[in-house]
Amino acid sequence: MSSDMIPLISKALGETVYMVAVSMVVATIIGIPLGVLLHTTAKNQILECRALNRGLAGVVNAIRSIPFIILMVAIIPFTRLLVGSSIGTTAAMVPLIIASVPFIGRQVETSLKEVPEGIVEAALSMGATPLQIIRRVLLPEAMPSIIAQLTTVIISLVGESAMAGAIGGGGLGDLAIRYGYQRFRPEIMIATVIILIVLVQLVQFAGNLLAKRLRKQ
Amino acid sequence: MIKLSHIEKTYESPSGPVYALKGIDLTIERGEIYGIIGLSGAGKSTLIRCINMLERPTSGQVLVDGQDLTAMNEADLRKVRKSIGMIFQHFNLLSSATVYENIAFPLRLVHMPEKQIKAKVTPLLELVGLADKAHQYPSQLSGGQKQRVGIARALASDPKILLCDEATSALDPQTTKSILQLIRDINQKLALTVVVITHEMQVIKDICDKVAVIENGVIAEKGTVLEVFTNPRQPITREFISVLLSNELPSAFRGNEVSQEPQPGSYLLLRLTFIGESADDPVIAGMIRQYDIEVTMLFGTLDQIKSTPYGRMIIGVTGQQEEINRALDYLKQRELKVEVIGYVQRHDSTHQ
Repeated sequence: MSSDMIPLISKALGETVYMVAVSMVVATIIGIPLGVLLHTTAKNQILECRALNRGLAGVVNAIRSIPFIILMVAIIPFTRLLVGSSIGTTAAMVPLIIASVPFIGRQVETSLKEVPEGIVEAALSMGATPLQIIRRVLLPEAMPSIIAQLTTVIISLVGESAMAGAIGGGGLGDLAIRYGYQRFRPEIMIATVIILIVLVQLVQFAGNLLAKRLRKQ
Repeated sequence: MIKLSHIEKTYESPSGPVYALKGIDLTIERGEIYGIIGLSGAGKSTLIRCINMLERPTSGQVLVDGQDLTAMNEADLRKVRKSIGMIFQHFNLLSSATVYENIAFPLRLVHMPEKQIKAKVTPLLELVGLADKAHQYPSQLSGGQKQRVGIARALASDPKILLCDEATSALDPQTTKSILQLIRDINQKLALTVVVITHEMQVIKDICDKVAVIENGVIAEKGTVLEVFTNPRQPITREFISVLLSNELPSAFRGNEVSQEPQPGSYLLLRLTFIGESADDPVIAGMIRQYDIEVTMLFGTLDQIKSTPYGRMIIGVTGQQEEINRALDYLKQRELKVEVIGYVQRHDSTHQ
């Protein structure tokens, strides 16, 4: 093992965690309301609005159909406008967020669809407003499922963040490409892969644990 | 209390409009338990949802306590709904909340202070007999217990009306009885008006004062339960009632031709229905004492419609024709319903 390996890896790991964590937080803040809107504006739902529903679904589908590596390059002008640069860890977060928001939206929508309609009907019969139903019925009832879905999103973010490394975003993916591949240092490649596996396992484990604690059925 | 005038509900479907309700008129008085019975698809679930406007009728008027719900906007409707409790076939409890939290739910909606919520929920838990289950989750409860939570939740906002949508259809007969008993108790204790939707005549018979039979989106028949039970006019009503009452002849007579003319050696079969006070009257004994006839008891039940005793009996009468006719007149003068089934030979006598 060479002496530069530890600092290289720890720096890259830090960048990956930073990218994934910040992207995830921002994407969740936007994605959950998006998912709620996707579900509640659909036919026969509490905020039925077919035009809005179709519009949102169209945008979500459009973004989700673009492969991440293309999306990343395609929105470089927008990224530059937003953060002033198209390279670096912060710049990499822009495409990560844009790709994750529709993903989370769909996942949350799926979770909300699983809430039995009867529970919503019961809340309506008690005079609950749509906002109260979202806050007190839909989200709490769907929470275990939403947590499980968000775990999947984090894991795919880890993968995408590695790709973002390829355009100078730093992180473990960047390290593996530049040192492990381009400089023929297989020990770095192997270490990176192991760390990514452990990272994904940890996320999945934490996600499962949280979902299980929330699921009282 | 509740007045439905000419309620119609039409759904648009790809294969053309579906007429779920075709002009329903119904008046439900304060403090009554009103049953609406029908087969699945008859429109009864749509009808009960029109009362609290979970379903907006296509036309017609819904008056609750003199207020026209059909003319209200959503915000006003939400207010009215707080005075109309509803319970459901599948309970519809929040699985992520405890029993206590479920009952507190409608109170949280109106931002009631925590202390007042506690003061409301605790006696409700007592009322439905779940004081020891306050901090359990619905998944830990039996069906009957879940429905008790549903009832407590529906009562939390002090409603004037309780709507029961197939509230016992997912429960076993034993649990059904205890839930019906509870509904009857709260109807009396709280002077609550109760509307019950069901497909089981047993439910109607056990707790309802009045009943409407609904078929294909129209009311086929309505009246007090006693009237409808003892004098059903429509085939659908007879069908519902026949589930509870055996209308078959005893086996010894089954398969033999029933004749309306007297035959030598045959039995005159009579179906007697006793209601209320007359159920205690020793009519048969009186008849045997006065007339020279033989009476064979073939079938008999004593039951209750809500709290009115209600007896049914099939008897076979033999003897001189004149005596039989006189006995028949005697019966017809009593406070009971006499139906002449006809003259029948008994199986065992045909071989003689």
